[in-house]
Order: sequence, then structure tokens, then C-alpha cells
Amino acid sequence: MKKNLTAWLCLLPALAFLLVFMVYPLVDVFVYSFEEGYNFASQSYFGVGLYNYDYVLHDPYFIQALKNTFIIVIITVPLSTGIALFISLELSNIKALRDFFQTVYFLPYVTNTLAVGLVFMILFKKTPYSDGLVNILIQLFGGKGVDFIDGPYWAKMFVMCFYTIWIVMPFKILILTSALASVNPMYYKAAKVDDTPPFRVFYKITLPMISPMVFYLVITGFIGAFKAYSDEVALFGTDLNAAGMNTIVGYVYDMLYGNSGGYPSYASAAALILFAIVFTITTINLMVSRKTVFYS
Amino acid sequence: MKIVLEHLTKRFPNRNKKIKDEVIAVSDFNFTIPDGKLVGLLGPSGCGKSTALNLICGLEKPTEGKIYFEDLDVTDLEPEKRGVGLVFQNYALYPHLTVRENIRFPLENLRGENKLTREVMEEKVLEAARLVQIDELLDRKPNEMSGGQQQRVAIARALVKMPKVLLLDEPLSNLDARLRLQTREEIKRIQTETGITTVFVTHDQEEAMSISDIIVVMKDGVLQQMGKPQEIYDEPINLFVAKFLGTPQINVFEGYIRDEKAYIGDAVVMDAKGAGDGDVYVAVRPEGFIVDENGPLACNFINREVMGRDTSVIASNEHFLGENIRAIIPSEEEVVPVEGCVRFSLKPHKVRLFDKIIEERIRTES
Repeated sequence: MKKNLTAWLCLLPALAFLLVFMVYPLVDVFVYSFEEGYNFASQSYFGVGLYNYDYVLHDPYFIQALKNTFIIVIITVPLSTGIALFISLELSNIKALRDFFQTVYFLPYVTNTLAVGLVFMILFKKTPYSDGLVNILIQLFGGKGVDFIDGPYWAKMFVMCFYTIWIVMPFKILILTSALASVNPMYYKAAKVDDTPPFRVFYKITLPMISPMVFYLVITGFIGAFKAYSDEVALFGTDLNAAGMNTIVGYVYDMLYGNSGGYPSYASAAALILFAIVFTITTINLMVSRKTVFYS
Repeated sequence: MKIVLEHLTKRFPNRNKKIKDEVIAVSDFNFTIPDGKLVGLLGPSGCGKSTALNLICGLEKPTEGKIYFEDLDVTDLEPEKRGVGLVFQNYALYPHLTVRENIRFPLENLRGENKLTREVMEEKVLEAARLVQIDELLDRKPNEMSGGQQQRVAIARALVKMPKVLLLDEPLSNLDARLRLQTREEIKRIQTETGITTVFVTHDQEEAMSISDIIVVMKDGVLQQMGKPQEIYDEPINLFVAKFLGTPQINVFEGYIRDEKAYIGDAVVMDAKGAGDGDVYVAVRPEGFIVDENGPLACNFINREVMGRDTSVIASNEHFLGENIRAIIPSEEEVVPVEGCVRFSLKPHKVRLFDKIIEERIRTES
């Protein structure tokens, strides 16, 4: 009993912290989302019901944010994981300059989001003085320039996805190269003696061996992409609704603090909808993984 | 399939890049492994025996020399083109595949005209599994089996394509003592049944002695001696081979030859007809001692260890190299030390003389 008490006493600070800053707000968000017209200042509301959800789901800005988020998720998660896997495989195949390339690929990870955003501006943004580096290149090859930052939706989405893939890749490459390095080389020797074609070696040996890490990257990739927000701000500024590039998290933020802000109830409802989506996707991921991921 | 090695040499660059000297793992190997034999490559750790195996397999390319399978020069062939089966020390079974899938793996790699149908593959898998007696475990994963069973799966996988040469790298070193005995008999049985030329690597002389048709003893990349187990045990070519084979180890004394007689200290222990005078090592197999109260070799009695089948007499002598003399005598013989002293005479065919400087065998006429 006494031992138990000591244990609880040691756990107390962390528990208290979690309760106050994690559990209580979560419960609060849940409660807010069902309270109509909750007001911070007066702590009052009109009634209880599904009104907030109804409003959010019919808000064109939310629908736009939902669409953007899903496009970003569906495009960037598979692409970034696939490209990272390819680069990692090539990295583990080369001997010369390997450290150099590993450093190069890791650089975006240690670079500030806003600084990267600035670089992307130089690359893509049209200003009175320049069309942006990419446009200059397009024009050089006889194409017609496009405003990637303030132009058509697909151009903006292209830049957005490009940016997201580029920014999440270093971490994935880091994880995958170490996963590849941890595969015991004797399996490759055995495969070689048995005359296994390279694709089969990858598909039948390498991929199953690193599948836990790939799975981890897919799950965290999905969650991260669903929570996208700061990258959008870095590229398109704070008024994402006007740019048509808002995301769900951006919508939540706008509802709380943005120009049209001050609606904690709507924000809470949107946050819970995001939670439901992420929860569903992660559950599906876990179910799929049970059949495909191999843990030794 | 006969395997011929000609001046086979493998050098590695030194790990420490500042040192220019290369490490010679295999130095000028010249020998022929006859068809259908079980050959043990024996040597202490780091003597290059695994490298030799990898050279035969093709995973390493020799720096110099040639390898022939029958008359075919395979020196520059990739391992997959040589038709060899390889069993790894840690089995290298694919952990995410079942036993069946593991054994089938090499068959599925066959392409073009060699491509097999599902049914034929299944048949071959079963055949190989039966040969190593694991046909009841086909649906298990490797981690659900004991080390010995995993080893058998690895052998089945190596055999399923019916290779012309089977190579085993330390096949028993990861097994416990009892399994090791069992598995080595199993390897012998499989080899006899299939008649495949088999080369295995080991550092355990008992293992090599017990199942090999031919033993190749190596040290520091250099071939020491090659021959039948009993031949090598009885007629070691140098002191290293004499010491490496046999447990308990051979007993080595410092001695000398005068007038065609071998001495340990003042004691004349045997005739050495035809041998010139000089300092020698006198090496005596443990079973070469006879307790004899009139024997020439006087030793201080320390202890006796009763084994049941025989008795070990532990003794010491000032000319002995190493800790203690260990003599094995039949258990029915009594050992009665007189004032702490026990006397031995030696069986001449269990005593071997080695030159003290070059440590090579000195032949005597008998």
C-alpha cells in the first residue's frame, strides 16, 4: 500500500498536468460542440443540440476546407511515402556521397516552415517585378505562365501538395533509411544465392521486413496531413478562406480567432468532425495493417 | 560434382585504412573435393574458413586463383549461376513466410523454361520437407520452431532445387549440445541419401571428426592438412593440427633427441630412429599413457577424475607445456601414487615428435 502511494505521488504532477491541459479541454470541446451560441464572455448559451454540426456541415467554407484537406491527404500521403521509400532504397544502394545526400535530404526537416514558405514564394509567386522562378522556366520552354499563389485553384493546390510532400519527406527518408539498414544482410545473400529477381527481393523480403516502419509513416502521415494548417499559412497568408485554400484546422482557428471569429461552438463542432474523420481513417489503417504488416 | 580449387587466394584491405597491409583470409588453396563427399572445413575462429566457403559459393570473388566445378570454370560466375545451395549460420529463414513458403521460395524464382507449375513446386517442397523430416511443420512460421527445426528448414530450402553442391556455414553452432549431436547425424544422413557434394564449415573439431569424409584443417588462411579424420588425428603434419584435433588436447612436453632416442628431461620416452639430434616437442595423446611403476616418465600426481568408462589422471611435470598433463587410462587400472609420484610409459604410436622451431612433424622409422 505504501509503495503504491509513493508511485501515485510520483505520477501526480504528470497526471495533474494531463488532466488540466488535455482531458479537461477535450471534454470541454465536446460539451461546447453541443451548446448553441456559447459565449466566452458571458459563459451563456441558448440551448443544447446538434445545431452547431448542422451549421458547420452546411457552411461553404467548411465544405471547401474539407475538400482541400482530403485532396492534400490523398495526394501527399501516398506520394511522399512512395518517393521517400524510393529515395531511401537508392540511398542505401549507393556508397559514395551517401552521407552527403543524406544530409541534403534531411535539410528541409531542420528548416523553419516560414523560411521554406518564403523560398516557395520566390519560386512560385508572381509579383510586379518577377513572375517567379518556375514561371520563368515554363516560359523559357515556351509554356504559358500561371500564378501559382493567387491564380487558379489547381495551380494553388499543386504548390500546396508539392510543398507538403517536400516538407514531410526528410523525416520519412530518415526513418526508412534506418529501417532498411536494420534488415539483416544475410537475407539478401540468401536471396542472391537463390537467384531472386530484384523486384521480388524488394516485394517479398525488403518490404515485409520494413513494413512496421512504413505503416508507422502512413499512419502519422495521414494524421499529420489531416491536421495541415501552418504550411497553408506559410504559402497563402492568413486569410485562407479568401484564397480558397483553407483546411479543417484552419477553419477551426478562423472560427475561434479569425476575422469572422468568436464562435467557439462552431469551432468545437468542426474539431470533433475532424477527430471523427481521423479516428475512422486510423482504425481502417490498423485493420488493414493487421493483414499486411509483419512484426518479428 | 567435383570441386577443384587452384591457387585460390582472397585478400581484404585492412579495416584500419592507415595500414597498407592487406588481410589474407585465404592463401593459395590447392585442393580437390571429390564428388559426393562430405567435407569439413575446420579451423579456429577467424582463420578464413567462412571466406573459403563464400568463395566456393560465389558471394565473394577471389583475388587470385580459379575454382572449377568438374571441368567448368566458375570463378567469375555469380552465385545464382553456380547451382549451389547455401545454409547460413543463423539460418536466414524469411521470418514473415511460413516454412512452406520459405522452402518454395527458390523454386518460385525459376523463370523461363525452368518455370514450374504450382503442383510440381508443392511436390518438390514436400519431398524436401520429408527428407529433413519437417513435413508436419510446413505451416508454421520460423519463430514458432526450435533452432534445430529451423536448421532443417534452412537445409530443405537449400536442397529443394537439388543443387550440385551444398554449402553449410557453421550449421550447428547455434544449437544446444544435444540438438547439435542429433543435427549433425541428420546432416550426415541427408548427405548420404542425396549424394550431394557437401562442404561445411566448423570450428568444432569433434563435429568435423564425427561426420566428415574428409577434413580440411586451416589456420590463418593457410591450409594445414587435408585428409580422412583418423589420418589427421593419427598423423598430424604439425603441432597446430596435433593440438587442434582431439579432446582432451594432446599433451605437449619439451624434449630433445639424442642418439636416435627421444628424451623428456632425463627420461628416455621412446626410440626415434632416423631422427637427427635437436630440441623437439614431444606430444602425447591422452590415451597414449600407460601407468607403469617402472615407466620412464615420472610425474607429480595431482588428481584422478573417474568418468566410469575410463579414468583421467591429472598430473604435472616440469617439462610439460601448459597447465596439467591429462592421461586417460582404462577404468579397471588402479593408480597408486608413490610419495605423490606416478610413473608412465608411453605407447609409441600415440607419441608424435615436432621440431621445436618450425613445429613440423619429425618422422621416425618404426
